[in-house]
Amino acid sequence: MNPNKNSSNQKSLTTLWKVLRFIGRYRFLLILSILFACITVVMQLYVPILFGDAIDQIIAEHQVHFHKMIYFLGRITTLVILSSIITWFMNMINNQLTYRTVQDIRSKAIRQIQRLPLSYLDGHSTGDIVSRVIADTDILSDGLLLGFTQLFSGIVTIIVTLLFMLSKNIWITLLVIVLTPFSFFVAKFISSRSYEMFHKQSTTRGKQTALIEEMIGNQKIVHAFGYETTASTRFDEINQALKEYSQKAVFYSSLTNPSTRFVNNIIYAGVALLGAFLVPYGMLTVGGLSVMLSYANQYMKPFNDISSVITELQNALACASHIFELLEAEPESADSANELTDIKGEVTIDNVSFSYDPSKKLIRDFNLNVTPGMRIAIVGPTGCGKTTLINLLMRFYDVQSGSISIDEQNIQEISRHSLRHSFGMVLQDTWIKSGTVRENICIGKPDATDEEILEAAKRSHSLGFIRRLTDGLDTMLHEDSLSQGQRQLLCITRVMLCLPSMLILDEATSSIDTRTEVQIQEAFDRLMQGRTSFIVAHRLSTIRSADLILVMKDGKVIEQGTHDALMHAGGFYKDLYNSQFAKVTE
Amino acid sequence: MRKLVIYLSSYKKESFLAPFFKLLEVVFDLIVPLVVARIIDVGIVNNDRIYILQQFLILLLMAAIGLACSFTAQFYAARASVGFATKVRQALFDHIQTLSFTELDTLGTDTLITRITDDVNQVQNGLNLGLRLLLRSPFIVIGAMVMAFMINVRCALIFVLAIPILFVVVFSIMLVSIPLFKKVQGHLDHVTGLTRENLTGVRVIRAFSQEESSVRDFDSANLALTKLNEFVGRISALLNPLTYLLINMATVFLIYKAGIEVNLGNLKQGQVVALYNYMAQIIVELIKLASLIITLNKSMACADRVASVFNLSSSMTYPEETKADNDNTDTAVAFEHVSFTYEGAGAASLSDVSFSVKRGQTVGIIGSTGSGKSTLVNLIARFYDATAGSVFLNGKNIKDYSRNDLCDRIGVVPQKSVLFKGTIRDNLHWGNPDATDAELWNALDVAQARDVVEAKEGCLNFDIAQNGRNLSGGQRQRLTIARALVKHPELLILDDSASALDFATDAALRKALHNYCKGTTTFLVSQRAASIRQANLILVLDDGSLVGTGTHDDLLEHCSIYQEIYYSQFPEERNKGRKEANV
Repeated sequence: MNPNKNSSNQKSLTTLWKVLRFIGRYRFLLILSILFACITVVMQLYVPILFGDAIDQIIAEHQVHFHKMIYFLGRITTLVILSSIITWFMNMINNQLTYRTVQDIRSKAIRQIQRLPLSYLDGHSTGDIVSRVIADTDILSDGLLLGFTQLFSGIVTIIVTLLFMLSKNIWITLLVIVLTPFSFFVAKFISSRSYEMFHKQSTTRGKQTALIEEMIGNQKIVHAFGYETTASTRFDEINQALKEYSQKAVFYSSLTNPSTRFVNNIIYAGVALLGAFLVPYGMLTVGGLSVMLSYANQYMKPFNDISSVITELQNALACASHIFELLEAEPESADSANELTDIKGEVTIDNVSFSYDPSKKLIRDFNLNVTPGMRIAIVGPTGCGKTTLINLLMRFYDVQSGSISIDEQNIQEISRHSLRHSFGMVLQDTWIKSGTVRENICIGKPDATDEEILEAAKRSHSLGFIRRLTDGLDTMLHEDSLSQGQRQLLCITRVMLCLPSMLILDEATSSIDTRTEVQIQEAFDRLMQGRTSFIVAHRLSTIRSADLILVMKDGKVIEQGTHDALMHAGGFYKDLYNSQFAKVTE
Repeated sequence: MRKLVIYLSSYKKESFLAPFFKLLEVVFDLIVPLVVARIIDVGIVNNDRIYILQQFLILLLMAAIGLACSFTAQFYAARASVGFATKVRQALFDHIQTLSFTELDTLGTDTLITRITDDVNQVQNGLNLGLRLLLRSPFIVIGAMVMAFMINVRCALIFVLAIPILFVVVFSIMLVSIPLFKKVQGHLDHVTGLTRENLTGVRVIRAFSQEESSVRDFDSANLALTKLNEFVGRISALLNPLTYLLINMATVFLIYKAGIEVNLGNLKQGQVVALYNYMAQIIVELIKLASLIITLNKSMACADRVASVFNLSSSMTYPEETKADNDNTDTAVAFEHVSFTYEGAGAASLSDVSFSVKRGQTVGIIGSTGSGKSTLVNLIARFYDATAGSVFLNGKNIKDYSRNDLCDRIGVVPQKSVLFKGTIRDNLHWGNPDATDAELWNALDVAQARDVVEAKEGCLNFDIAQNGRNLSGGQRQRLTIARALVKHPELLILDDSASALDFATDAALRKALHNYCKGTTTFLVSQRAASIRQANLILVLDDGSLVGTGTHDDLLEHCSIYQEIYYSQFPEERNKGRKEANV
């Protein structure tokens, strides 16, 4: 056979084994669920036979054997009650099984996310990981766990139905077995026809959605240019094409059910005919015929079920392997228990090299000595490694060679919490968690009083807009409820509240106007008095007052010194300064 | 809802024929057990092979007619539902185009996009299913009961009893669980949101050592979801076993009763089989009906949401024709005590702003983030109407201009530079569909975009990707400026639309604009003092108030906020100023 297929089967089996190991304590529930499913299937298939037996006691006027009939009806009653109770238990078990498994996987996943190195998280899109934790997990639990139950009960149904039918009459059984596949062929034939239309429908729908997103999404521009009529005409063209394809797709696909039902009806008629011929010869009773008819009606169902379950199972296994890929990813290296205390703020970077992509060296042989209280500005063209340096200082990434020390302690030997706690960090990419303004500000200091919060907000100039929000500090924030500038102010307030020992500002005021920036800068200056700070910025005012400017290019510090010294030296910095900043003064 | 029904009116025939043929199919389905009963009671009892064969052929014939009916029904249902959805989509699209910015802001474009895509599709599915199946299931249930009555009245009474009980059980379970499912969805959204947050905020979470509290938040949301899921599950777990129990108990009674009837000679054995078959059909259809109702319920909710968009009407009205009166003042734009508050906002974004601008002037607008600069220019273009006070264009209230006239007079370059999928030429033609290539190049020259276009393969024929993704921010900005220039507006508004340009290009652009737009009144919104320094009039905004109007020199002398802004960008000048003062 195809070796590829074999290896993918092998992989599926491994994943399946992992899932079974993962569900651990629920394994018992799974077995119980399958067992119950099989029991109820047998019971529910046996009920029509008993009904047939009961009907056989009703022959004609004055020929009804009430005694026997009541005996059969009694057995039916017992069986039905029992099977209902078991089905109910099984449903409850399935609920527990799936929901608890989902809960377990998600709670494992969120813990794993906290431990994963940033290289992993940066390398996967947010949407990708979210869909693993949410959608894939749901599909896994529904498809895999319930799939098992359905698969087993489907197989049992087919076997038991065949046995029961055989016990009644071999010829009718053969007729059903021979004719059933036709129904499959018909379904297959139709779905292959409708596939093409569905494909066209989805391409056209995609085009339409793109146009909708463009036009409705930018309605203000459409409005400003009076483009409405043209937009409407363009929409109409696509809409008409979509109508064509949709009508066909919907029509063709809705033929499947009637067609298979037609095949079923023919089988039904065949069973009736054959049965009617056989009864007079005593090869079948009338009750038996009614059993056969009801089986003939149901016989297709388990086949359809199984074929859809198998697709679902494959799908679920694919999802499971996505989830395990996340859960089994290598977490961050083990953490040290050492704490940083009484931070003076001396930072030594010794011969550090680092790259995200092994084939492209980014930071090479980087050396830097920062004495306590110094303000370091880092400048350089895009992609020169400014932000990478911050990733290394915060240990979002670990250096590949060389070392970084704080107060003569290698940061690899300090616990990450303690290291990160010593820095206050504001990034260009602002992050607001959904919650109140207060919760957002207090992230670094959950027990802050309102006075402290308001004081921090005042210093970071966020108080003005916070006051203007409907509920002040208690206003609920969502991902896009504030402007970029306001979000940056809020992130600065967070840091202002914590009073960290050292500060990292990565383009922290890029979305704030210059006037406010100057005011915030003054607040930072006061805050950072005697505290070491690292500032990545593209604005003049922040750079010029730094104690040391690092000019980075291609991962190396090519020049360093104060503004005046660097301008005087007339190197790369001067060029950069002239091209980027100097024109302001023109 | 009624708003939507009118779009079905041109599919009246289809909407009638689809359920009609579905009903025909059902009739044939319902006759089958009767034929089988005759096979047993006549054919088998008399061992009449010819009769049995005849009945067999009748069964085949009915299957074939049933198939034909069903195909016809599906055809009309597909036509009606898809046709309906097509009309609704077009009408909705056109309707959204008429909404004013206030409504667009309140609803949000994402919501509108969902309404016109997903929601309309859901309605289409619901209508299609409804046309085909909504009548089918109740008809089978009632039909089976009628058939039972035709066979034997006393046995049929069991149907009369069983059907309402089943109905109540199935529907009460559904009714209880549907709103709970909505709640489950809400909880799931919360868990999803938290997961996303943990990923997007990973650096901040780690920087502030918030890992544990994040996990705690997630755990409690996760647990709440599981608990709710289990609770809903416990209710819906009842559905299957309960209906199974009920229908079989009813059948037991039915057989018992039938036994008595047969014994009395009122009923035959084959008819018992028929009654048994009808009972079996009922439960299948009731369950189908219940799940159909869930689907329909969902589509109804979608239909309601779609209808609610139709119910929104624009809060702005335009006269058909611009009022013809004095057009000859030399004041291009005037604000008289204008205040503006965004819908649902806590405080005003502009308060009591008054100024006037002469035709052909260049006006600079400067101020901090959130000071109301964009709001002010949005009022000039009448994207919003002032909450108090009035805005005048050429001495005439802006509300007296027709929509087209106003649109023709004003060229806007918005803050967010958006381009559309299509060639560069297509995009520039937004300004004026009849513009010649020479005019386009002329506009590109002024917008400092000639080199951008010339560097692209195919020049004006270069294909821009959706949202202009294949261009840089600066390139996009220059093209959006050119797009507005192609229009030759009498009023040009540049809303911070040169922010991604370097200072040299910015300066060249301003110079070119100045020469190109003689007679055009230009509004320049900017964060950069350098960009507006040369303007004839500068408006300084602070927290929604106009705190300074005048030229650069006036303001530098008198307006403290302007000084702060200016010196934050030109620190050397401050020193110079001080030195001069000292001298």
